[in-house]
Amino acid sequence: MTQSNGAAGQPRLEAKIPDGHLQDKWDNYKDAVALVNPANKRKHTILVVGSGLAGGSAAATLAGLGYNVKCFCIQDSARRAHSIAAQGGINAAKNYPNDGDTIWRLFYDTVKGGDYRARESNVYRLSQLSANIIDQAVAQGVPFAREYGGMLANRSFGGALVSRTFYARGQTGQQLLLGTYQALSHQIAAGRVAMLPRREMLDLVVVDGHARGIVTRDLVTGTIERYAGDAVLLCTGGYGNAYYLSTNAKNSNVTAAWRCYKRGAFFANPCYTQIHPTCIPVAGSYQSKLTLMSESLRNDGRVWVPKDPADQRAPDQIPEADRDYYLERRYPSFGNLVPRDVASRAAKKECDDGRGVGETRLAVYLDFADAIDRLGKQAIGERYGNLFEMYERITGENPYRTPMRIYPAVHYTMGGLWVDYELQSTVPGLFVLGEANFSDHGANRLGASALMQGLADGYFVVPYTVGAYLNRHDRADSVSADNPAFAEVQGAATRRIERLINSDGDKTPTQFHRQLGIILWNHVGMSRTRAGLTHAIAAIGELKEEFWSRVRVPGTAATFNKNLEFAGRIADFIELGDLMARDALRREESCGGHFREEFQTAEGEALRNDDAYMDVAAWEYGDPTPHLHLEPLTFESVQPSTRSYK
Amino acid sequence: MTIHLRVWRQSGPDSPGFLEDHTVTEANEHMSFLELLDVLNEQLIRDGREPVEFDSDCREGICGSCGLMVAGIAHGPQKRTAVCQLHMRSFNSGDTITVEPFRARAFPIVRDLVVDRSAFDRIIAAGGFVSVTTGGAPDANAVLISKADADRAMDYAACIGCGACVAACPNGSASLFTAAKIAHLDFLPQGQVESAHRALAMVDRMTDEGFGNCSNHAECEAVCPKGISIAGIARMRRLYLMGPLTAKAQ
Ligand SMILES: Cc1cc2nc3c(=O)[nH]c(=O)nc-3n(C[C@H](O)[C@H](O)[C@H](O)COP(=O)(O)OP(=O)(O)OC[C@H]3O[C@@H](n4cnc5c(N)ncnc54)[C@H](O)[C@@H]3O)c2cc1C
Ligand code: FES
Repeated sequence: MTQSNGAAGQPRLEAKIPDGHLQDKWDNYKDAVALVNPANKRKHTILVVGSGLAGGSAAATLAGLGYNVKCFCIQDSARRAHSIAAQGGINAAKNYPNDGDTIWRLFYDTVKGGDYRARESNVYRLSQLSANIIDQAVAQGVPFAREYGGMLANRSFGGALVSRTFYARGQTGQQLLLGTYQALSHQIAAGRVAMLPRREMLDLVVVDGHARGIVTRDLVTGTIERYAGDAVLLCTGGYGNAYYLSTNAKNSNVTAAWRCYKRGAFFANPCYTQIHPTCIPVAGSYQSKLTLMSESLRNDGRVWVPKDPADQRAPDQIPEADRDYYLERRYPSFGNLVPRDVASRAAKKECDDGRGVGETRLAVYLDFADAIDRLGKQAIGERYGNLFEMYERITGENPYRTPMRIYPAVHYTMGGLWVDYELQSTVPGLFVLGEANFSDHGANRLGASALMQGLADGYFVVPYTVGAYLNRHDRADSVSADNPAFAEVQGAATRRIERLINSDGDKTPTQFHRQLGIILWNHVGMSRTRAGLTHAIAAIGELKEEFWSRVRVPGTAATFNKNLEFAGRIADFIELGDLMARDALRREESCGGHFREEFQTAEGEALRNDDAYMDVAAWEYGDPTPHLHLEPLTFESVQPSTRSYK
Repeated sequence: MTIHLRVWRQSGPDSPGFLEDHTVTEANEHMSFLELLDVLNEQLIRDGREPVEFDSDCREGICGSCGLMVAGIAHGPQKRTAVCQLHMRSFNSGDTITVEPFRARAFPIVRDLVVDRSAFDRIIAAGGFVSVTTGGAPDANAVLISKADADRAMDYAACIGCGACVAACPNGSASLFTAAKIAHLDFLPQGQVESAHRALAMVDRMTDEGFGNCSNHAECEAVCPKGISIAGIARMRRLYLMGPLTAKAQ
C-alpha cells in the first residue's frame, strides 16, 4: 500500500472548491461557469447510467436543456430503480413549520451527523438546493402529504430537532421517482432521451484519458453493445448488497462503479456503510433480502428490551418497571430519535448482552402502545398504516397489538467513487451522482438526505458542471464507437462473460454471495477490529479464488439469464469486499458508521481521531494492492466537536 | 413444508411453452413465494438444469418488477399483496401450485415467467406527465391543495405498474393502469391543466399497444396490490369523452 496526495505522475485529488464564503461558493461557481451555446447542446451526447433519482433527474434535465441523452438501466422500466423503495421522506430547509430551520441548520446537522467526515462546501450546496427540489417535485405533481389547510405537511426525522422532512405516506421514494420518471418520459416523448432499459453497464471506455463511452449487455438477448458519448454520468446507486442481506433491491450492485474504479476512478471511503436500526429481523437461511421499517416510526415508537435477559414473558405481559427504554435512558435529549449509527450500535449492544427478544434473540421491541393511547389508532394508521401492513404481511404479527421486533441491517453506503465539487471523478468526463458517489454524507447519513442528494445532484448540480466540462474540452472531435478502444473493452467484457458461463463448477453464485455476506457482516459490519479485518482480507482472498474455480453458472450467455448477471456482480462484490476491509483497517478511529472496537470512549461511544484521520481515503486501483490517496478535510465554518445526543 | 409446483417454461417469445413439475421439500411458512422459487432455482442449478427465470427487484411490493399468476390469480391468493410479499403461510404443506406468467397480447413473453411490459412506459410517454422542465418552479406552497384532493391523488399515484390489472382482465385491458395516472394528475392543479389532452393521448396509445377495452368486470381492482379503485376508470372515461371539446380549449 502506497500513500500519496499527488505524487509525481498521479492525479492530485483536487476538490476544486470555489473561492468565497461558504454561502457564496455555489453562486460564485455559477457566475463564473462558461455556458454551452444552446445550438450546440444537441450535438453533445451524454450517457446517463441509471434511472433512479440521480440518473432520472439528470437525464430529464440535460435533455430539457437540449442535450442528446441516452439513459440506461437494469430493470425493465426506468420507473423501477431502487429509489422507488425509499419510504420515509426527503429533507428540505423550507422552514414551513416555523420551528427555526435554516439552510445553515440543515447543513450543520448533516455535517455533524456525518461525524465531520464530509466536505463542507458540498454539504452546504446540498442544503441550499434542498428547497428547490420540493418546488420542482410539486410542480411535477408529486402528491406530498398535506395539512387540512392545504399546505405541505412536515415531520421530523432521526437526528434533527426540527420538522423538515416532506413525505408521501410511507412511499416518498416512489412518488419522487415517479415524478422524475414522468419528467424523463416527457423528454423521451420529445425525442431527446433514448431510454435503454434491461441494459447492464459492464465497462467504461476511456479514450485519451477521458471517459468517452460504455459497454453494456442487453439483458434479454445477451448482446454486448458499445455506446459513445461526450460525457458519462454514473448514477448506479449503492453497494450495500455486498453484504448479501441488505435492504437494497436484488439488482443493486457495484459493477458499474467497480469497472470505473479499475479504469482509473478512485474509490473513496469504501468502509463507510450505514447499518439501519429498524429492519425486520432475519428469519431463516433462505432469506433473500431484508426489509426496512422506516425511521419515521421512531417518531412515535419507543424502543425497549426486558431488563432481565431471562424474562421470557410476552411483551404485553412485561410491566413498565421491568422494561428498559435504553435509548431514552442513554440519550435523554434525543431519545428514540438518535442518528442511525448510534441507534444500531445500541441495539447490537443490548442483544450482545443477552437482552434480545424473539426466537433468535437478535431483535429489540419498537412499541406503539403509548402513541396509540395518546393519538388514537386512526392517527397512527394514517401515519404508518402501510408500514404496519407490510410488517404484518412479512411476520404475521399485528403491530397495532404487539410491538414490532426490529434489528439493524445494511442499508446505505456513504462511500463511493471520489468526486470533486463538480461531481467529476478522477477520470475526466466521468461524473458520479447519487448514492454511487461519496460526497455528502461523511461517515454516517442522516435520514431523508439521500433522496435530497440524488435529486440535487441530478436536477441542479450536474447540468451546470457537465456544461463546464464540455466547454473546457471542445468536443467537436466526437469519438465514435468504432474507435479501437471500444472494440478492446467490448472484447474484454465478452471474454469475462464467457469465462463465467463456461466455468463448470459445483457451487451456485448465490452460495458465494452468502459466504461473502457473512464475512463482511461479521468483520466489516457494525463493529470492527484489527484482527477481524485482517482475517476478512485473507478470507475474501480465498473466496475470490474459489469463486473462479468452483462457480457454476447455468444456461447460456445469449438469453435472459439472471444467474449470469448475478455471477458477474458477485465477482465484483468480492473484490470490493477486500477494499472495504482494507479501508476499515487503515482508519484507526471510530467515526459514524465505522466503529473500531479499539477506539471507543469509556461509555462505548465512537472515538474520532481528528489529528490523524480528518480526511477522505481515496483508493486507486492497483494489482495486487490498491494505492491510497488522501484528501484532507478542512472545516472553516463549523468546529468539529464530539457528537453528543445525550 | 413440501410444495409441489407446476411452473411455466418457455425459452423465448416464439417458442412453445409448457408446464413443468417440481417439488420443494424445504419450504417454510416464513418464506416469501419468490424465496420459494429461489430455493427451487438453487436446487435446479445444482442438478445441472436451467433455473426458472422471473423478474423481481425490491421484494417489498413497491417496484412492480414481480408479477406471476399463482394458482390462477395475479400475484396469488392474498389480497392487496404483490407476489414478492406473498408468504408461504398462505399455503399448506402438500399443496400443488401452478405458476404462470402474466398473459396478455400486449405483454409478450421474454422467457419463462418474464414478460415485456414496455407498453406501459409508452403509455406514460404519451402524456402521463406534467409538461414542466427543471427550474423556475414556484414555491411549493404557492398553490394550496386540499388534503382530500392530495390524498385522492396519492391513492392513484400509488400504482406500481406491475401489470396485474392487465393479466386479470378478460379483455387484457390496461384501463386501471392508465386511469390511475390520469386520475392522479387530474386531482392536482398542476396536472389539471393538461388533463383532457392527456386522457386522449394515453387512452389512444393504450389501444394502439394492443390492450383491450374495459367492460366493467372489475377483476383488475380485485388483484391490484395497491387497491387502486376502478372509480379512476370512470374519471378517465369522462375526461376522454369530454377531451375533444376541452383539449382544443387547452
Ligand atoms: C428501503 C430503503 C428505504 C430508503 N428510504 C430513504 C428515505 O426515506 N429517505 C432518503 O433520503 N433515502 C432513503 N433511502 C436511500 C435512498 O433511497 C437511496 O440512497 C437513493 O434512492 C439512491 O438513488 P440513486 O439514484 O443514487 O440510485 P438507485 O435508485 O439505486 O438507482 C440506480 C440506477 O442505476 C441502474 N444501474 C445500477 N447498476 C447498473 C449497471 N451496472 N448498468 C446499468 N444500470 C445500472 C439501476 O437500474 C437504477 O436505474 C432508502 C433506501 C432503501 C434501501
Ligand atoms: S419485487 Fe418489487 S414489487 Fe415485487
